[in-house]
Amino acid sequence: MPTKLDAQVPSSAPGGADDALMKVRDLQVHYALRGSSMGRLFGAGGDVVKAVDGVTFDLRRREVLGLVGESGSGKTTLGRALLGLVRPTGGEVRYGEHDLPSLSERRLRPFRRKLQMVFQDPSAALNPSMDIEAAVGHPLQIHKLVANRTERRERVVEALERVGLAPVERFLSKYPSDLSGGQKQRAVLARAIILGPELLVADEPISMLDMSVRAKILELMLDLKRDLDLTYVYITHDLATAKFFCDRVAIMYLGRIVEIGPTEEIFSDPKHPYTKALLRAIPEPDPGALVPRDLPRGEIPDAAAPPLGCSFHPRCPAAFEKCGWETRDLRPLLEQRWLGLDEDAYDAERATIGNLDSLDVPAHQVRLSPGRGRGPGDVEALVQRAREADPQEPLWKGVKRLEAQDGAVAVDFHEGEDPRLRPAGAVEVACHLY
Amino acid sequence: MTAARADVPSYAEPVLSVADLRVWYGTERGPVRAVDGVSFDLRPGETLGLVGESGCGKSTLGRGLLGLLPAGAKADGEIRFKGTNLLQAKRRDIDRLRGPELGMIFQEPLTRLNPLMRISEHFEETLRAHEPQIGKEEARRRSIDTLRKMGIPPTRYRAYPHEFSGGMRQRIMIALALVLRPAFIVADEPTTALDVLVEAQIIRILADLRRNFDTALLLITHNLGIVAEACDRVAVMYAGHLVEDGDAREVFAKPRHPYTRELLRSTISLQTTGLHYIPGAPPDLVEPPPGCKFHPRCPDAMVVCGAQDPVAVQTASGSRVACWLHGPADRIDEGGTARMAQEEISVADEA
Repeated sequence: MPTKLDAQVPSSAPGGADDALMKVRDLQVHYALRGSSMGRLFGAGGDVVKAVDGVTFDLRRREVLGLVGESGSGKTTLGRALLGLVRPTGGEVRYGEHDLPSLSERRLRPFRRKLQMVFQDPSAALNPSMDIEAAVGHPLQIHKLVANRTERRERVVEALERVGLAPVERFLSKYPSDLSGGQKQRAVLARAIILGPELLVADEPISMLDMSVRAKILELMLDLKRDLDLTYVYITHDLATAKFFCDRVAIMYLGRIVEIGPTEEIFSDPKHPYTKALLRAIPEPDPGALVPRDLPRGEIPDAAAPPLGCSFHPRCPAAFEKCGWETRDLRPLLEQRWLGLDEDAYDAERATIGNLDSLDVPAHQVRLSPGRGRGPGDVEALVQRAREADPQEPLWKGVKRLEAQDGAVAVDFHEGEDPRLRPAGAVEVACHLY
Repeated sequence: MTAARADVPSYAEPVLSVADLRVWYGTERGPVRAVDGVSFDLRPGETLGLVGESGCGKSTLGRGLLGLLPAGAKADGEIRFKGTNLLQAKRRDIDRLRGPELGMIFQEPLTRLNPLMRISEHFEETLRAHEPQIGKEEARRRSIDTLRKMGIPPTRYRAYPHEFSGGMRQRIMIALALVLRPAFIVADEPTTALDVLVEAQIIRILADLRRNFDTALLLITHNLGIVAEACDRVAVMYAGHLVEDGDAREVFAKPRHPYTRELLRSTISLQTTGLHYIPGAPPDLVEPPPGCKFHPRCPDAMVVCGAQDPVAVQTASGSRVACWLHGPADRIDEGGTARMAQEEISVADEA
């Protein structure tokens, strides 16, 4: 790519002593939910979804950093916040001398040339009514970097050659609908590199493609990175490609980074129980390897009402006192138990406990009131039975007190603590085990 | 319902027997041959994984088996289900089979559940529609029992679809298909919309299906890892043809067809140390290449491959492979086994 742009664009500090391209500090992206418009105006009422909740890391020059997590983990929002496509509600994204979130849209625009995005669905990322020449050359027009069509064509041809869409003449006048999935993603990459960026945020760039072409697009991205000195943020839910493609990996869960470190370390010695579970859950096309049967239960919780303490504790097989046990953890435990009982036993136990919905409020103390015609003794006996049936269940470690009191059973849990990212060996991990 | 898989003798009559099935769509350019001469059997309690890349015809095949093809599609051949040829059956007869005998599990569970109906209503309506003689109490009992087997607690029986997470909705959809105890189910990419950990839970349920129900299952997926875990047999589809099928473990350990082998090699797994891909793109199904449909991309192509359609060969272990590398040798003309001179495949032709 021509480097004449560099003269005009405020670039980050030149490489050397400081090899961080971007410094992200305590970044937050919170969305207000529901509530009236007046309430939103005055910051009252309504729930808040913490899509990104206090993320801190350095993005090193020329590295591939993987943001790995399941849907709802905040990985896409974080990627977009790095580019200024989403306005953070707190924290810093330092790029050179500048803090991107504090810049106005107008002052942010020159930086956009250096910070580009590749989207998941190449069909949706290309305007169906623009031919490839217009689509790939569009950024040049937006940023007023070419004077005429001839100049634009020169630049487009160069970019298409770089991404391997050759012979170029065959593609210039084609429309996205004429191209295969892999070819479209190449065109999207050409558009992303045409302004000579420093950073590409690639959000699931290969997950919509067929198995047989995924490797080809990854290979192309590695070539582009080498030839153009790029830095990548690779957003994915697919640990296998992250393992192959990334220098460092950050595992995300419910808006937080729970583990970050060199790819090799994370895959050979995963520390966070969530990372461990993810690694074991991947179905491998190996007839000898079967998906294990003791994977974490449940699913990613509601981001508008995250669990107390560590967000992963309700699903964590290794959770203990400090992890933040609470009222809401009791219900799945009882429901899981009832799955295995026959109808009569279930009816009897269900009738023993009064209102189950009282368990849906987050708190460290709960009163289990007995159902009609039952006493607190019956409830206590039921809880004890459940405990004896599964003494290994981590929840029991979190129970501080369990006794009949004033016609109900009081359950107190240990106060939990929210784990912070801390160094553990070669990685950083947010887990009380370390 | 709870017959263990061991109780199903391996020589049991196939519940579904497909012979030379062809499905094509009419277009201005000519017919698109989406399924082109597919034959296989499926026995009670057996799970067959159908794998292939997008556009290979796997979804068309799955829908064709249930008579769910869109208007404009034509089918020919034989789909023998419990003695009846579904392709010649009257529309009304197929409609009557769908549900109690033929089930389907879709990719996006949220779009298949009515947001205004409780889960209990979905189940009770389904049971009443197909088994009018069923009593209210019996319907409730059977619904809760099936949901329980899928891990949905009875306390949630009267909840609405939006109160469940994505993984639970998919379990509900599976239970909704199973509550009628169909003999044959098609599951089209049932885990594609789900997260890794939830996907693993659903795969486990599908794998257990074989043991807990004697339903035959056709599991359509592009994820080879799922097949390895959940299926007894696997069938690999390319350009409307089954190129290889057999015992899942055996096919994955020792793929015989070059397409199966290359597809396995290009799958990026935790064991991947180098990138590998298949050059070129699947053929245009209006004008597919002559001979073996894979020969233009095949690293092992021989002269015969571009001239004659391959013949499916049965191996000693019961696998079938349609590739000239595996014979039959006496059907190959003189000089046919010479290596084919192939043109370089450029990016211009890639998938």
